[in-house]
Amino acid sequence: MNLGRTVAVRLLVFAASLFVASIAIFLVVNALPGDVATAILGFGADPASIAELRARLGLDRPLLVRYFSWVGGMISGDMGRSYLTNESVTALVAPRIGVTAWLVVISMLIAPLVALPLGMLAAMKRRTWQGAAASTVSQIGLSIPAFYAGILLVIVFAVGLHWLPANGYTDLVDASGRWRPVAFLQHLVLPVTSLVIVQASVLTRYVRSAFVEVLSEDYFRTARAVGWTRWRALWRHGVRNAAISVVTVIGLQLATLLVGAIVVEQVFRLPGLGTALLSAVANRDLIVVQGIVMVLVFAVLVINLLTDLSYLLIDPRLRGRDAR
Amino acid sequence: MVSGRISRRALLGGTAAIAVSAAACSGPSTPSATPKTLSVGASLEPPTLDPTMSDAASIPQLLLYNVYETLVKMDSDGNIKPLLAERWDVSSDHLTYTFTLQQGAKFASGTAVDAAAVVAGIQRMRTSTSSTIKRQLAPIASVAAQNSSTVVVTLSQPSNEWLYSMTSTAGMIVDPASTDMATKPMGSGPFAYSSWTKGDSITLDKNTKYWGTPGRFDDVTLRYYVDPNAMTTAMLSGDLDIISSLQAPQSLSQFSDTAKYTIVEGTTTGKVTMGFNHSNAALSQLKIRQAICYAIDRKALLDTVWAGHGQLIGSHVAPTEPYYEDLSNTYPFDPAKAKALLAEAGVTNLSLRLRVPVVKYATDSATFVQSQLKDVGITVTIEQLDFARWLTEVFTNGDYDMTIVNHVEARDLVKWADPKYYWHYNNPELQALVKEADAGSADDYVQLMKQAAELLANDAAADWLFLMPNLVVTTSDVTGVGQNATSLSFDLTTIASR
Repeated sequence: MNLGRTVAVRLLVFAASLFVASIAIFLVVNALPGDVATAILGFGADPASIAELRARLGLDRPLLVRYFSWVGGMISGDMGRSYLTNESVTALVAPRIGVTAWLVVISMLIAPLVALPLGMLAAMKRRTWQGAAASTVSQIGLSIPAFYAGILLVIVFAVGLHWLPANGYTDLVDASGRWRPVAFLQHLVLPVTSLVIVQASVLTRYVRSAFVEVLSEDYFRTARAVGWTRWRALWRHGVRNAAISVVTVIGLQLATLLVGAIVVEQVFRLPGLGTALLSAVANRDLIVVQGIVMVLVFAVLVINLLTDLSYLLIDPRLRGRDAR
Repeated sequence: MVSGRISRRALLGGTAAIAVSAAACSGPSTPSATPKTLSVGASLEPPTLDPTMSDAASIPQLLLYNVYETLVKMDSDGNIKPLLAERWDVSSDHLTYTFTLQQGAKFASGTAVDAAAVVAGIQRMRTSTSSTIKRQLAPIASVAAQNSSTVVVTLSQPSNEWLYSMTSTAGMIVDPASTDMATKPMGSGPFAYSSWTKGDSITLDKNTKYWGTPGRFDDVTLRYYVDPNAMTTAMLSGDLDIISSLQAPQSLSQFSDTAKYTIVEGTTTGKVTMGFNHSNAALSQLKIRQAICYAIDRKALLDTVWAGHGQLIGSHVAPTEPYYEDLSNTYPFDPAKAKALLAEAGVTNLSLRLRVPVVKYATDSATFVQSQLKDVGITVTIEQLDFARWLTEVFTNGDYDMTIVNHVEARDLVKWADPKYYWHYNNPELQALVKEADAGSADDYVQLMKQAAELLANDAAADWLFLMPNLVVTTSDVTGVGQNATSLSFDLTTIASR
């Protein structure tokens, strides 16, 4: 009963956030200097042709009318049509979501695999050179921007060694329906690596401090006292306890990973949401910009909602708090 | 190390497997050969594929002559040649053009390119939203089909520019069946539009019904790179066969291995122009404009900004245009003279806003110009605007003192005759020359346009910083790339590969 009410409140907050976001996005995007009609016409722009095109695109309608027609459409699943090509925004954005999602999800799965052992090593051996080395590696990884790591990786593995393609993307299933898993992975290795370097470094630091804390806990000392080795005690008790804070960080990191992916898409020319967003901004195809930002906001809000709800499941103490 | 070796082998094995499967798939249609493909790197992705809406040069780069054909074509020497029209006759009063069409020409859809289709195509272009095409086709009074293979175009006034325009975007003959030019171009060229992966590439397939010499590739993919260095690395790592226009000339040395790469260097019709806003009180004075031109060492600018590739021109004319002459020495670098002219004009503490789009040639040139004008006592404030904002604020609203942009179109000197154009240059003498040239005989045209170019140069109407070079890099087995880009098309029809 209490849980049901709490979930309902969270869902209401979620819906309200989406609504507020839609207003903010619309206002900010429409305040951008520059105009889509001029951008389309280019050097062929003169006042008459600009006015003609603006009228044809419905841009001569008042701001409020345009906002409600956009939001009204979205409620019924229609995100409008591109000013540039008259294609449906949904059809333009949908294939882009997959590219960005692959990038984010694969990176998010690999980062902990690197961070957990490295962070544990850094915690366990923090007074020896191995621990210092692990900490240093994560500090260096943290200091290298993902795009720069990307450029370096391209120079070494694509230009120098010819092992991997420099940039571009191949769908898992191509247009003719053939499976292309190898080409798909080849194109993702370098972009995922450049994202993982940063993500794993951030995580390593959290893992390290979480385990350092565990090492000073009473239950750990007890486990050692009954004769368990340090690694066994850490594995049986430490991992589970440290996991709570690490999982929280992973949830928070998802949003920054999404931003990182947008930058990395540029470096590797991946046709994801990031490249779509930048080209739509460059052409002032505002309805597409609005659509993509809305999708990103939606994704972040869903991640937050799920994180919130998962807390409720994990920690019963939180369930009553909102309901009271 | 070991893992590195294993992964490498796995990856190479994977590539081989894909190549084999691709070959197997192509089996039924061409039993012995793998499909012949060409991968071309280009810098700007088209915003839309509809040339009647957008003036973006990336549209004709992809579609002109490759997908859409024109009655007449611009060859690589800048001459007008037959294409869909086998020949054309001009009446003695220069008002009636009679085009005899190629027999057997067909659109990729299979429909014949007959007189009715050509008339419909010209009419479609006349109703363009783009003011450029509207202006270019404005001399047309009527278009009619005399019989199934003859089209008669009547002009309201004689115009040399008009026939030239018919070699460019304005002359594209669109399939009458086409309803969605923005995403599904339908023409009669040797290649047909196949697919567009937004943010990545556009693919053209060979038009198997082509009426003329068939295309030499089964499919051609234009890949778009916002970052010129990404295009260079893609070429170096073997992902591309051609860089259609190198935007990072400093990286040219990376392609010096002639066993692997061929570099084609020639001219384009792109004039990198530092425009003055003539409605600005200071810049409306000849002496001040001259002072600015004397103050800038364009040779040094070219060396710094474009690694010395390209050439100095001195007026709004490219070397492949018929009325070109070298006017680059009209205002040789002479800072002392610049200072003297400023003193004569009685100006001190001149301060100007240089508002440029964020493109490499413009921002780099702006910095150079700023430092050289500082030496003669002119303070320049640089503002960088993204291109869409530049189009609104500078190009449309005229809110600037000076700006730098590459005018890519051929034979666009005529724009100086429009006082409403963003330079706000209102010179009746030039307007009269351009008008007279357009209406005159072919010889008059060249002579009068030469005079117009000289007039612009002497009047320091702008400072033409340099002519953008045509820098194409190909793998060594690609041949037939035109040395000079005389039109906006990246002409695939001449390109072959061993």
